Amino acid sequence: MSADCHDTGDSGTGAVLTDVPRVALVGSPNAGKTSVFNSLTGLKAKTGNYPGVTVARFVGTFRVGGRGYVVEDLPGTYSLEPISPDEQITVDVLDGRLENVPRPDALLVVVDATTLRRSLGFVAQVLARGLPTCVVVTFTDELTRRQGHLDVEALGQALGVPVLPVVGHRGHGIGELRERLAEWRSWPRPVLPPPADPDESDAWAESVLAFAGYRSAERHRVTQRVDAVLLHPVLGTAVFFVVMLLFFQTVFTLAAPLQGYVEAFFGWLSGLVAAHVHVAWLSGLLGDAVIGGVGGVLVFVPQIVLLFLLIALLEGVGYMSRAAFLMDRVMARAGLEGRAFVALLSSFACAIPGIMATRTLPSANDRVATMMAAPLMTCSARLPVYVLLIGLLVDPSVKVGPFGAQGLVMFGMYLLGAVSAMLAAWAFKRLGDRRGLVMPFYMEMPPYRLPAPRSVLVAMWDSSRSFIRKCSTIIMVTTVGLWLLLNLPLQSAAQMRAAGVDPGDATAVSSYVVDHSYAADLGRLVAPVFDPLGFDWRVNVGVLSAQSARETFVATLGQVAAAEDPEHPAQVLRSMTYPDGPRAGQRVFTAPTIAALLVYFAYALQCMATVGIMRRETGTWKWPAVAFTYLTATAWVMAYLARTITTMLGG
Amino acid sequence: MTTVDDLVEPGDRLSAVRCDGERPLADLAPGARATVTRVTTAGSPATARRLRDLGFTPGTVVQVVRRAPLRDPVVYLVKDYEVCLRRAQAACVYTVRADG
Repeated sequence: MSADCHDTGDSGTGAVLTDVPRVALVGSPNAGKTSVFNSLTGLKAKTGNYPGVTVARFVGTFRVGGRGYVVEDLPGTYSLEPISPDEQITVDVLDGRLENVPRPDALLVVVDATTLRRSLGFVAQVLARGLPTCVVVTFTDELTRRQGHLDVEALGQALGVPVLPVVGHRGHGIGELRERLAEWRSWPRPVLPPPADPDESDAWAESVLAFAGYRSAERHRVTQRVDAVLLHPVLGTAVFFVVMLLFFQTVFTLAAPLQGYVEAFFGWLSGLVAAHVHVAWLSGLLGDAVIGGVGGVLVFVPQIVLLFLLIALLEGVGYMSRAAFLMDRVMARAGLEGRAFVALLSSFACAIPGIMATRTLPSANDRVATMMAAPLMTCSARLPVYVLLIGLLVDPSVKVGPFGAQGLVMFGMYLLGAVSAMLAAWAFKRLGDRRGLVMPFYMEMPPYRLPAPRSVLVAMWDSSRSFIRKCSTIIMVTTVGLWLLLNLPLQSAAQMRAAGVDPGDATAVSSYVVDHSYAADLGRLVAPVFDPLGFDWRVNVGVLSAQSARETFVATLGQVAAAEDPEHPAQVLRSMTYPDGPRAGQRVFTAPTIAALLVYFAYALQCMATVGIMRRETGTWKWPAVAFTYLTATAWVMAYLARTITTMLGG
Repeated sequence: MTTVDDLVEPGDRLSAVRCDGERPLADLAPGARATVTRVTTAGSPATARRLRDLGFTPGTVVQVVRRAPLRDPVVYLVKDYEVCLRRAQAACVYTVRADG
């Protein structure tokens, strides 16, 4: 019974003796599987993808009795009869049919004590796999509180396998579980396997429950009372909108000042570099490109951390399934289900947490469709661009009824994003469903529970960490690359003087450098493509620079136009004219051009972080490539339409 | 509605054959309690199997808890837990009225 149990090991797994034993966690989505996994592995878990599918994979390690173990948290499922690619993964891993993923040596079935009557059917299916299995019963404390009863020992006797109670979020029973895992080779096996026939499964489950003295929990009174309000047709809908409003208020009011601090800090850092490094190109590379790149990653962090914190809280309490329940009918119009609503809603702040939230969707088709739609929701990075362009387009004093016209146009942009996202989701869902089976919709409504602070923090930390790890490279590379494009070739003071630019005038210098950069060449090169939209090469440079992050557009355009204050270039842009070509002398920022630009920004996927996170979540470059292509093409077409319509309206 | 309903023993699998008061789960009003008689494979065999794995097995008592604001989906209490199904799935589960 010690960790050193080579003699008691059964035959047939001899090869494993030299390897690290692998333990897999299986269970239904709300059984507390992740909580057990986190308690076992601490924060040493790695997330990745199963080869070739959009299913996240969680693997961790732990040590007991001087031996290391690998634990894998398999996707949650109610059954081992797969109806989706994700569930197929769970079954394939259990049967050792997945390439590069070895078959587990032992299984932990996690079941919620309050839903044991349903869960025993699943336990029977797992036991039928014939692997050494231990049943982990969670929420035993809640069962007792709700006047239920379960004799865990007797349940073990009835099932013929070890059964352990674990209160995951408190860490109760984790020590015993670790010790039990060390003896996995000598775990008892069921004498009589449970019936395979589903018709007999119920009778078997009832006899097991009777033997274990099981008494079901009373219905959770708090949940009943709270649901009577939160799921009420009128009240519930009202509460839902208030919750969502608060959700965004919190994100914007708390994250915005924090993001301001991050920006200020990196601004101060690059100021230091400028003051101490006197070689102009080196100072620019370090100060603007490298420090700017790191800052460009970190500026996202407050918002993303906050969003993940709120999502984890709402999820942990049980409100997310209620929100999904309320919104399911609406989402069904786009071919999606209620749970996709949360993902699309988060995308109003930032597409990254939105795309990461698609993990909660059980259907792979829904996940892809939602991911393809998420970048269309008006994220907060578009806001500064819209503010600038709408300021150029609409006079602030114009009113339509009681509303300012500027506000209405802004509202229209949000609406355009949301409607386009729903249409895109619908189209991608239709395409996906033609290839695969349509999954039935079902969703457990767990009782309201106070989430353990630890599990909320772990969820938040995990998501933020994977954003930083997976996205920092792509954002850094884009930022540095764009800096090089905008600043090379190097311009010497002599060259500038020859061109009539005073090297002491910072505004003139930065304008001259950008005007003669590779980016400008590129802007001129792509001019024929964007000419029908009314963009001149300087606008193209701005659009190009927005590729790392949309809000960069404002400052770059300011730089190109040689504005005194590049952050507020509206005045200069208003009087900007075409320097050459057939339209020479005409103003660039006419109403049709501005309308085209606005619409272009509404559709184009100008965010390398989003591309990076799509790659991470889907495990292939295929989907980010599809998203980039279709969004850019749509952006062009829609911008052209916007220009044509505005021209016809006499703009 | 029918007197046959009241004669049917909950849990009697043959009831599906004998009883003409059989109604799909999707037709029941909130608050109603019913015993599952069978799950049809009309949707797809996989869906029927999943509904059984979710607890909608013949002989099980299901209670309709509440409908969403737009009448779909609906929350059901089955095997001590709450689960919501869309009308399309609930239409695959046939029931007879349960006593008590």
